[in-house]
Formats: sequence, C-alpha cells, structure tokens
Amino acid sequence: MSDSRHEASKADLTRLLPYGDTMNDGKVQVSFSLPVEAGEKAKAAALQVAAGMGLTETQVTHQQVLDPNFTFFVVYGKMNRPVDYTAIRVQSVGTETRSMDENDRLIEAKIGRKLKVIGASCGTDAHTVGIDAIMNMKGYAGHYGMERYRMLEAVNMGSQISAEQLVRTAIQEQADIVLVSQTVTQKDAHLGILTEVVDLFEAEGVRDRVILICGGARISHELARELGYDAGFGPGFFADDVVTFAVDCWLSMKNRT
Amino acid sequence: MATLRLNEDYIERARAAAGAVAAETQRFIDRHTTVSTERAILRLIGIDGVTEQDVPYANVVIDHLVEHELIGYGAFNLLVDAVVTTGLTPQAAAEQIGRGELDLSALPQADSVLRARKADELVAAAVSRIKKNRETRTERLASYPEEKGALTYVIVATGNIYEDIAQAKAVARQGADIISVIRTTAQSLLDYVPYGATTEGFGGTMATQENFRLMRAALDEVSDELGRYVRLCNFCSGLCMPEIAVMGALERLDVMLNDALYGILFRDINMKRTLIDQYFSRRVNAFAGIMINTGEDNYLTTADAFEEAHTVLASQFLNEQFALLAGVPHELIGLGHAFEMDPARAGTFLLEWAQAQAVRQIFHRSKVKYMPPTKYMTGNIFKGYIQNAMFNSVATLSNQDIHLVGMLTEAIHTPFMSDRALALDNAKYIETTLDGLSDELQFVPGGKAEQRANHVLEAAMNLLLGMQKAGLYNTLAQGTFAGIKRREDGGKGLDGVVTKREGYVNPFDRAFDLKGGQRV
Repeated sequence: MSDSRHEASKADLTRLLPYGDTMNDGKVQVSFSLPVEAGEKAKAAALQVAAGMGLTETQVTHQQVLDPNFTFFVVYGKMNRPVDYTAIRVQSVGTETRSMDENDRLIEAKIGRKLKVIGASCGTDAHTVGIDAIMNMKGYAGHYGMERYRMLEAVNMGSQISAEQLVRTAIQEQADIVLVSQTVTQKDAHLGILTEVVDLFEAEGVRDRVILICGGARISHELARELGYDAGFGPGFFADDVVTFAVDCWLSMKNRT
Repeated sequence: MATLRLNEDYIERARAAAGAVAAETQRFIDRHTTVSTERAILRLIGIDGVTEQDVPYANVVIDHLVEHELIGYGAFNLLVDAVVTTGLTPQAAAEQIGRGELDLSALPQADSVLRARKADELVAAAVSRIKKNRETRTERLASYPEEKGALTYVIVATGNIYEDIAQAKAVARQGADIISVIRTTAQSLLDYVPYGATTEGFGGTMATQENFRLMRAALDEVSDELGRYVRLCNFCSGLCMPEIAVMGALERLDVMLNDALYGILFRDINMKRTLIDQYFSRRVNAFAGIMINTGEDNYLTTADAFEEAHTVLASQFLNEQFALLAGVPHELIGLGHAFEMDPARAGTFLLEWAQAQAVRQIFHRSKVKYMPPTKYMTGNIFKGYIQNAMFNSVATLSNQDIHLVGMLTEAIHTPFMSDRALALDNAKYIETTLDGLSDELQFVPGGKAEQRANHVLEAAMNLLLGMQKAGLYNTLAQGTFAGIKRREDGGKGLDGVVTKREGYVNPFDRAFDLKGGQRV
C-alpha cells in the first residue's frame, strides 16, 4: 500500500523547504526585470541572478522586452537551503479575535463606559483606505468598522493630520485608544512620522494613558513594538482584531494599576 | 454596442437640476477671485522663477498686493501700471518687488493709451504661445495614423523626474497612450508651485513647470519613434489649480485631472476656494485644448460602490455642468468613474457593466474615463490580475474612451516597470479577444441591468433635485459625497478668496473664451 508515500508527504519541520507539488522539492517561481537588452545573454544573466538567490535547476520560462534596455523574466528553480521551523519565534498580537457584539458586551461588563478611539492618517499621507477600513461605519470585507460599535466612540480625523494635531486632539478628548495609519511607505517615509507620534506622547507625559496602535501596508507587530507602539496591524486585519487587542490591553493596564 | 433603455426623463431632470446648482454657484464664482487665480495670471504674463529663498515670484507679487489690500483690483491691472510707468518687463518688476525696490501701492497714474496697448501686448503674447501649443498638438496628431479604440492611461510615480522619464518611455513603447505623472503626496496643500527639475518625492513627483517640460520633450521623442502621439497628463488639483493649469498650457500637456469637488472632499480645501479656482483653471485647460478628467472614482475608495453609485453619477452631472460654464467643450470633458464593487458580492460584473454602460450613454457627448479596482486589491497579485481582467472586460464592452490600466501590485507598492507591461498586456488581450462581442449582445428589456441603471439614475436625480433646493454648500456639509462632511467656511485656503473690486480685470477670462464671449 502507500505507507512510503504517506511517509514521504510528511514535512520535516527542522528542514523546511518550499513545496511545489512534491514534499521537499524546493520549487519556487520568481519574476524580475533586468536593465539589459533581451536575448541569450540576458537570459544567461537571469539564470545567474537566480543562482545568486540560491536556486538550482533553474529555468527561464518567460522573457519579455519591456524597453530596448529592460527585460522581464519569469524563472523557476529549486531552493536548497532548508529552514528550521522549530527554532522560529515570532512576536504576534496573539489574541483570539472576538466579534463586534462580544467586544461591545465585554466593554460594557468590564469597563462600564464607552472607550474613546481617535484615528488618523498622519503626516503628508493622503491615503485613508486603511484607517477608513478600520474606523468607518461600513468597515471592510464584511467586518464592521469602529463607528458601528455600540461601546466605542470613534473619531476618524482623516488624512494629512500632523503628529502634533493628533496628539493634541488625543489629549483634549481623553482618548483611550489612538490609531495611526501609514499607507505611503516609499523611501520609508512612514517610520519618521510613526516615531514622531510616540515621541510627542512621551514628551507630553501621557504615553502610558493611551493604547497606541499603528497600521498600514508595511507595518508588522514586531516593527510597531520596536517603535514604541502597543501593537501594529498589517494587511489582513480588521476592526474586530484591533478592538479585541485594544480591549485586552486596556483591561491588563487596569489590572496593573 | 449593447445599450440600456434608460429613463430619458430622469436624465433630463437630473441634468437640469445639476445645471441650476452650477449656475447658482457660478454667480458666486463670478464675483470673486483667489490668490492662486491671480498668480496664474502673473504666470501667463511671463512671471516665473523663485527668490533666493525659493519663493516663486508669482507669490511674492501676490503677497505684496494682499499686504497692501490691492488684490481685489486684480494683479493684471497693477502689473500693467508698473510695467508702463517703469519700463520694466513683468519679470523684472516682480524681482524688484521681491527686493523691496518697487511698491505697487505707490505707482503714478499710467497713460491710458499706453496702458491699453501694453495690456493687449501681454495678453496677445500668452494667447499666441498657448495657441501654438494647441496647433503643435493638432499637427502631430494629424501626422500619425488615426487612433482607434480606447486610450490606455498609465501612471508613473517614482518621485524623480529623470526616473519617471525612463519609465514613461518604456511604458509608451509597451503601448500606453496617456502617461500620467502622479504628484508627490501633500503637494495639493502647498499654496505655491515648486520650481525646477525635482528628484525627491513620496508616492509621486513634484508638479513643476520644468518637470512638465522635460517629460513633454521625452514623450515627443518617443512619439516620433513610435509613430503615434503619446499624451501627457498631470493634476490641476489642490490649492494651485489655476497655476498648474497655466503650466500645463505653456508646456503642452494634453490631459489634466480637474474636478470641481475633489479638493473640497479629499483634501479639505475650502469649498469657495476650490469652486473659484476650478473655474479659471478649466478655462485655461479648455483654451489650451487640454482634456479635463474628473475624479469621481475617488468617492468609491471610501464610500461603497454598490450603495453610493448614484453619488458618482450626480457628481458627474455637476462636473459636466461646471465644465460647460467654464467653457470646456463636451469633447474635452472626461468624466471619471470606477470598478470598485466588493468582489465577494454575487453578480457584480453585471452591476458594474450596467453602471459603466449607463455613464457611457448619459454622457455620450463627452469622454468617459474608467478606473480600475483599488479598494479590494489585496496583495494577492494573481487574484489582482483577474480583478483587472474583469475590469478590462467591462471597459471594452461599454466602450470607455480612456482606460486606466490597473496594476496587479496595487496595494503593495508603486508599480514595477514589469507591472505596467503586464497591465497593458492584460488590457490588450481582452480588447482583442472581446472585439465585436458587445455588438452581438443585448440587455434583457427591463432586466436586472436596466433596473439597476435606472434605479441609480433615479437616485442621482433625486439627490440633485434635493441639492437644487438645499444648495451646493449645504449638501457638502451633510456628507452626501463619499460620506465626507465639509463646512462652508472650513478647510484650507479660505483666506485666499478675494472679492473683486470695482475695476477688477482678468483679461484672460475673455481671451480664453472659445465661444467668443457667450456663456454656454
């Protein structure tokens, strides 16, 4: 019977490799452009680029002229450097997400008043897609936004809000939770503004009175913690994830004091 | 083309209501000017360059006039006086004002005959330069084979004009017809236009006259190489709409984003400021033969495309009517809309098609510009490529004039060079493969597509009829568009709104009138 096949399909987590269609085949696909004229020489260069990535058994499946001096490649190859999955430790927000109703009920029972949330897309960033997805009534992809929560008072300040404006408003309004959204990340523009917000809260001596959360296309929880935030949410998270974290964080802060 | 049976009575009533709203607003516009409109006039008479502190001379002169409370008479009047009495060129006069050597509040009375002659001369020089650009465009277009099908529109946004040029030439060679250089984030909130070639920007490149000139020259070069005219697009939005329109006219841009309401809603610019600014900027655009593109697609990045489709249509009616009042002919009005419904909702292909087709038919005298999905693009590039294919199908079936090709990497980063090539391949494949299909199809009479289109049309009509009663300002204050509320006296740039005084003149308002002084 198929005992050996069954054995073969089990991943060795200490020596993890990409999976194409067979365990440990290490198959990957990559695409990139090179600033050279298309042709046999360009193809050879593409294969060397792939070799530089640690790929073997490489194959250029597609070569396309983008411009006389630029060529696009699709390359397949085999990755040979295994990864020890068992040794990996990651920082994640790590809470089980509660629904809007569950969060509302928990706030009502344990906190007994509405939590005030202030959010903004800070600095010169004019993109509100992220903050709107989390805060606006409608929400995103079937997850209602914070404005819809019975036990949250959510204020979306919109785009191009300076760090000073955000911090001033948060203090005036006695916000419990502050959200900072950064969409434009070209040349790491987001890092400066995120740091500025934390610094201002600290300078005002109120950093420990707010739950400070950032979000955006290139934000990870790890990066957020490093910058001095309580949490960071990248793509794929919704209002319920953010609210669940914030409520837990509020309750644990309360328990500490 | 498969067409929808739309309620013609609704269309007529919606258009009439939008016309009434625009006409009412136009009465306010006509009594006012703005600092940016006045700076645009100075740029037209040749004032350019910046001080050692990088302040544009146009701003230096206007700040001087504001300080001396003379701005209400119009910058043109005062500059002509200065030029006639001092014998300086407008540029030299501006430089003297910058150094504090010339005070426009202390000018002697200029001889009226000399004054009139100088005024005519300055206006004629600007008119002639812009006319020449228009003729060059016409000649170039005529020298190449006739264009067929939709114009594909592609964005470049590296932040560095020289890198933009490399990308623009590449994408033109891949088949793009319109190259749009996205502006750096936050330029819209600057109350001046930066100067010179620029190499630093975030999410886009500074709109400067020199950047316009460099890109136009590069695209002319690539047009000659390809044997077709590659158009250049930039953005007349923000606090400097009229000035950027003038720069575009002087450097032969072909398409400019110009929306009557966008700055109010999405940049929180004061509504009076934007409405006055859009008027003169569109007048300049029209005279230069530049097609305007409106930005209704933006509504759907915040509001829901299914529920709020009627606000897009209502805004298109308003943008059309404001453009006609500014003298923009139908063929230079490009109305924007987008494919932004939630892909998880069943049956959206039909709903998107119905909307795109309705827009096509309702604005059959104008151009329509169709924008790809952005809101529900996820970072899964494989799904994104299919979403764009769906969008491309609707664009082809409904015969859109301008087809902004979507990037599979939308929501990840500014596009790689290869992303644009793949996007154009996608659009071309679909255009080719669906060729002739729409002519063989009919919508079921009274079926889902027609019901949907007429429902959206009716809602747009009702919205516009309500606006006619409540007024534009109140409607904007209620959050009708994109769910964003704006107050009449809120937002940025209100201090740049100026009431015209007795004797105010903007000679270009008349000189740029394509209809010979007649309001449409």
